[in-house]
Amino acid sequence: MEPTDYDIDESELDLPTEPMRLAMGPSHPAMHGTIRMMVECDGEMLTKVDVEMGFLHRGFEKMCERGTWAQCFPYTDRLNYVSPMLCNVGFAHAVEKLADIEITERCKWYRVVLGELARITDHLTCNAAMAMELGAFTPFLWMVRAREHIWDLLEEETGARLTHSFARIGGMAKPPTPLLKARLGEVIPAVRSIIDESMKLLLKNRIFLDRMQGVGVMSAAEAVQWGWTGPTLRSTGVAYDVRKAHPYLVYDQLDFDVPVGERGDNYDRYLVRNEEMYQSLRMLEQCVQKMPDDGPINVADRPEIVLPEKKDVYTTIEGTIQHFKLVMEGAKIPAGEVYGFTEGGNGELGFYIVSDGTGTPYRVRIRPPCVFVLQSFPRMIRGHMIADVVPTFGSVNMIGGECDR
Amino acid sequence: MSKVVLERVQAKFGAQVLETQSFRGDDTIVVARESWHDVAAFLRDDAVTDMAMFIDITAVDWPERAAEEAEEEGVPGAGKRFDLVLHLYSLGKGHRVRLKTRLADGEQPATVSDLWAAANWFEREVWDMFGIKFAGHPDMRRLLMYEEFEGHALRKDYAADRAQPLVPYRNTPDVLDKQAPFRADEGMPFGRRDWQPRDHAWTALDTETADRPLGEAVIVNPDNRRPS
Repeated sequence: MEPTDYDIDESELDLPTEPMRLAMGPSHPAMHGTIRMMVECDGEMLTKVDVEMGFLHRGFEKMCERGTWAQCFPYTDRLNYVSPMLCNVGFAHAVEKLADIEITERCKWYRVVLGELARITDHLTCNAAMAMELGAFTPFLWMVRAREHIWDLLEEETGARLTHSFARIGGMAKPPTPLLKARLGEVIPAVRSIIDESMKLLLKNRIFLDRMQGVGVMSAAEAVQWGWTGPTLRSTGVAYDVRKAHPYLVYDQLDFDVPVGERGDNYDRYLVRNEEMYQSLRMLEQCVQKMPDDGPINVADRPEIVLPEKKDVYTTIEGTIQHFKLVMEGAKIPAGEVYGFTEGGNGELGFYIVSDGTGTPYRVRIRPPCVFVLQSFPRMIRGHMIADVVPTFGSVNMIGGECDR
Repeated sequence: MSKVVLERVQAKFGAQVLETQSFRGDDTIVVARESWHDVAAFLRDDAVTDMAMFIDITAVDWPERAAEEAEEEGVPGAGKRFDLVLHLYSLGKGHRVRLKTRLADGEQPATVSDLWAAANWFEREVWDMFGIKFAGHPDMRRLLMYEEFEGHALRKDYAADRAQPLVPYRNTPDVLDKQAPFRADEGMPFGRRDWQPRDHAWTALDTETADRPLGEAVIVNPDNRRPS
């Protein structure tokens, strides 16, 4: 056995280094299951990175071209599976823009409530997973507990914890339950206190700070060049939020701030997401005050698109025929093309839809916000250590369903 | 969205702009394929349009329109089958525009990935899904599908339930340096001793230095050394 404790300084040892190639993923705990990175490292430093996506490709856009417009909603649930309601609402928003439907006041408020709840679960999941991958397991469990509060509430409202399929063209599947506001009154303070606690656990943790600060830095100009939107863009200091820049639903009646970062590193992305959760809670509190308690949830004057009420289906022949034709042939969305965009969990969630006037979508195209961030990942990580891949990839919040579609 | 952008582009490019339309608040410019890159560059750099942000690039397949056009002209395959659709946004001005061009099967538009870095992957996706190649693109690989995938899935004549052939063990070059990542004779040995016969430089190091005292290791390949 040769000795291993020789003194490097005394012997003029010049070991040759060869670049080592590593495949990270697709079955790697930090790759969230569905992505492969070929990295080449010099020692522990990354010199080349090639990201390969598509492992979760299910042909969302192709599948949408087979059924009716209403049948696309279950697919949108499975795009961003940590905030499915935002995708639901985003798709409905685009189709309503094409069909020129103005949804009811109460429905707008309801969509904001459900959407902001989903946004909190999105950011909770991202921050929690990022902390857990750095070894902080307790904050993960606490944030997931907060997420449970919200998912319980969403389950009471929609009937499903995750895959809600709850939005409809011109309304929602069901009106809000009578207990919605009371339950929001319980959930909001509970979630807020848990976020407070988990921040206290992380923000004074030396290990957490060292691995987040100054890692994965992106400048504002470059972020725009790479097409970043959402919390990641705001972390670089660009205050672009679709809810503020192009208010839809009732966001113009709500009082909220757009948090921005300064340096665009992992730490700023974490902080921006945290602050956005507080802002969402603030919005929800205002919704409790302002949301109308009664009124129609579905549009009444567009029978060629919106399903009739069940009561009418079973008691009138017009309702039966309308229901039958809408289910069998699909809603005839007028021919044309629009790009409808909302603020999703990861940024600008756009749907470019083309209709040829039949009941089937001609083309449904989603603009997936996290692909833009993922695309620039080699640029963010080059020159860092292998271990920095983990927090940086976590702060990107790559969601396989949305990324690979 | 803004009409200003449409007027600005029409004034600048004139006959190259085939059509403009405004529908439900979206403004669309249809240009000839030859001026695709010029118009995109103008939209980005002009002080009035100021489209610094790339939103999306995708395509739409219209085989029936292409067949009609081909019949009118009497030349098979002459019809413009695809719409190439580029969405842009101006962070400063807050307006959006949709830029379109029409392409026949096999026509190659110029890449815009030199204007917006973000366009790189999305043009790869258009190639993957529609089979439209971009002239001048630095890395025209498939994005979502694998190399051996047959056909382009979002074309209308690609059946949604079509089965793909099984892919044999892959010997294609890898992306990082065009070599497969772990051939039997390369990479590092996992143990201290290497039991497999190797024809690699590391073997030479191992055998040559086996009897040498430590501290006299031979530099096998000086080019690979870390710059100090």
